[in-house]
Amino acid sequence: MMRPDRGTGLALRYVAAVAVTLLFLFPVYWLFMISFKTPEEIFASPPVWWPKSLQLANYAVLFKDGDVVTIWNSVVIASVSTAAAMIIGTMCAYSIARFRTGGNFFTDWLLSNRMVPPIVIVFPVFLLYVKVGLVDSYLGLILLYTAFNLPYVVWMMRGYIQDIPLELEESALVDGCTRWQVFLRVVLPMARSGFFATAVFTFVFAWNEFIFALVLTRAEVTTFPVQVTHYFGGQSNFWAKIAAMSALGTIPIFIAVTLLQRYLVRGISLGAVKG
Amino acid sequence: MTAAARTPYTDRNFKYLLIVPAVATILLVGLFPVIYSLILSFQNVDMMFEDTSFQGAKHYRALIGDARFWESLGHTLLFLVIALPAELILGLAMAYLFLDRMPGRQVFVALLVLPVTISPVVAGATWRLLFDNRFGPINQILGWFSDEPVTILWTIDPSFVYAAILMAEIWQWTPFMFLLLLAALSNVDRSQIEAAELDGAGFWRRFRLVILPAIWPVMAIAILIRALDLFRLFDVVWALTRGGPGTMTETFSIYAYVLGFQQFETSYTAAMSFVVILILVVTITIVLRRMEIER
Repeated sequence: MMRPDRGTGLALRYVAAVAVTLLFLFPVYWLFMISFKTPEEIFASPPVWWPKSLQLANYAVLFKDGDVVTIWNSVVIASVSTAAAMIIGTMCAYSIARFRTGGNFFTDWLLSNRMVPPIVIVFPVFLLYVKVGLVDSYLGLILLYTAFNLPYVVWMMRGYIQDIPLELEESALVDGCTRWQVFLRVVLPMARSGFFATAVFTFVFAWNEFIFALVLTRAEVTTFPVQVTHYFGGQSNFWAKIAAMSALGTIPIFIAVTLLQRYLVRGISLGAVKG
Repeated sequence: MTAAARTPYTDRNFKYLLIVPAVATILLVGLFPVIYSLILSFQNVDMMFEDTSFQGAKHYRALIGDARFWESLGHTLLFLVIALPAELILGLAMAYLFLDRMPGRQVFVALLVLPVTISPVVAGATWRLLFDNRFGPINQILGWFSDEPVTILWTIDPSFVYAAILMAEIWQWTPFMFLLLLAALSNVDRSQIEAAELDGAGFWRRFRLVILPAIWPVMAIAILIRALDLFRLFDVVWALTRGGPGTMTETFSIYAYVLGFQQFETSYTAAMSFVVILILVVTITIVLRRMEIER
C-alpha cells in the first residue's frame, strides 16, 4: 500500500478534520446566531451569515413574557426525577451486581422496559393520569421520567459497582459494618464518579425528552422542548423565540457534556465501551 | 464467588429490600399501563363512549385493514433502513479519520459530539430554520451553484421532505456512531493489523478479517441502540413536518399520537400499541439471537 509521507498525510487529515467539524457544527452555529439577530437580520434574504452585534433582545423577550418558566419546569422535573432514579436505581444495581438478584431474567426484564417505544407507554399513562388528576403536574412527569430512566441507571451503575474490588466490602463486613453501612459508606463513595456521570446523563435524557412532556403537560408544567414547538405557527414561525429558547435549553447540556468528556462514551453506549 | 456466598449472611432480606423501590416504580408506571392498555384494546372506548364490554379482536382485525397504519410502519422502516447504514458508514469513516493521533484530537471529538446531546426537538427546530425556503442558508448555498435562486420548500414539497428529515436525523446521530466506533477502533490490537498487513492483506481484507470482528461487539450495540431509537422516531419528524405533507412522513409513533390524542380512538390506539410491541419483541428476539451479543 502506498503511504504518503507523514507530514502530508497529517496535513490532509487535518484539513478533512476541520471540514467535517465545521460541517457538523454549522447548524449549532446557525441556531445560536439567530438568537442574537435582530428581526431585520433574521428576515433578510440572502441570509445574514453573522449578526452585526450580539444583542440580547430575543432573550429579554423570553424573560419578559415569562416563557423562561418552562426552563425552570425542566430544571425541577429533570432534577427531581434524576435524583429519584439515581437513589432507587443504584440500590437496585448494587443488589444485582453483588447478589445477582433475580438472575439474568430480572436484568433482561429491566432492560426490556427501555426498548418499548415511549408513545406506547404514554398513551395508557395519560388515561391513568386523567383519572387520578396527574396530568399537567410536576409529580406526573417526575414519576414517569423516574421509571423511564431506571433501567438505564440500574444498567450503568451495575457496571460501575462491578468495577469496585470486592475485598473492600468484605473487610468492612468483617469490621462489623452492616450491609447498609457497607453500601452507603464503602460502595457509594467508591462509585461516586460513575454515579455522577450516570446522573448527568439521566438528567440530559429527562431534560431533552419530548413525547411524554407533549402529552402530559398543558400549561402549568410545560417543559422547554414542548415550548419550542409552540412557537411554530401555521402562518408564521417565531424564529427569534425558537432560537433563543432552544439556545437557553441547550447551553447547560453542552456545558455538562463537555465537563463529562471522560465518561461520555461509556455513558452513551450503555456501558458497552468502558472508555 | 459473590460476597453473599463467602460471608455469613445475617440479613437475608437485604438484597430484596434494595430492589423493591425500583421494581415498584417500573410496575406502577411501566407494566401497569401496558396491561391497562391490553385490556382497553379488547373494549370499545373512544372520545364519546366508554363501552367496556368485551369486543374480541375487533380492533385488531380493523388494524389489519388499516392502510394508514401499515404505511406509517413502512415510513418508519424507510427512515430506519436509510438513516442507520448512513450513520454507520459516515461514523466509521469519521472514526478512521480521527483514529491516529493528531494535535487537538480531543477538541475535535468534544465538538463533534455536541449534536448528539441536543434535544431531538431542538435539532428538528434548528433544521427547520436551516431549511427555510426564503431565510434559510441551505437554499442560499444551493443557489451559489445554480443560475437562478433556489426556493425549495424542504418541509412541504413531497420530493424533498424525506431528504430533509433524513439529513437532520443523520446529522444528529452520526456523531453517536462516530464516538462509539472511534472507541472500539482505538481498542483494536495494532499488532494484529500489522501482522495481517505483512501477510499482504489489503485494506478490505484487513477490515473484514481483523478489524470488524474486533469492533463488532460495540458496533452491534451501537446498531441496536440506533435501530430502537429510529423505530420510535417522533421528535424530529414532529418538529419538521408533523408527518406531512398529508401523511407522507408519518411514522407509527406519530400515527399513534394522532389516533390517541387528536382523534381519541382509545381502544383502537391501544390495540395498535400492542401490535407494535409484538412486532418489536419478535424482531428483537430474532435479531439478538443472530447478533449473539455477549452480556
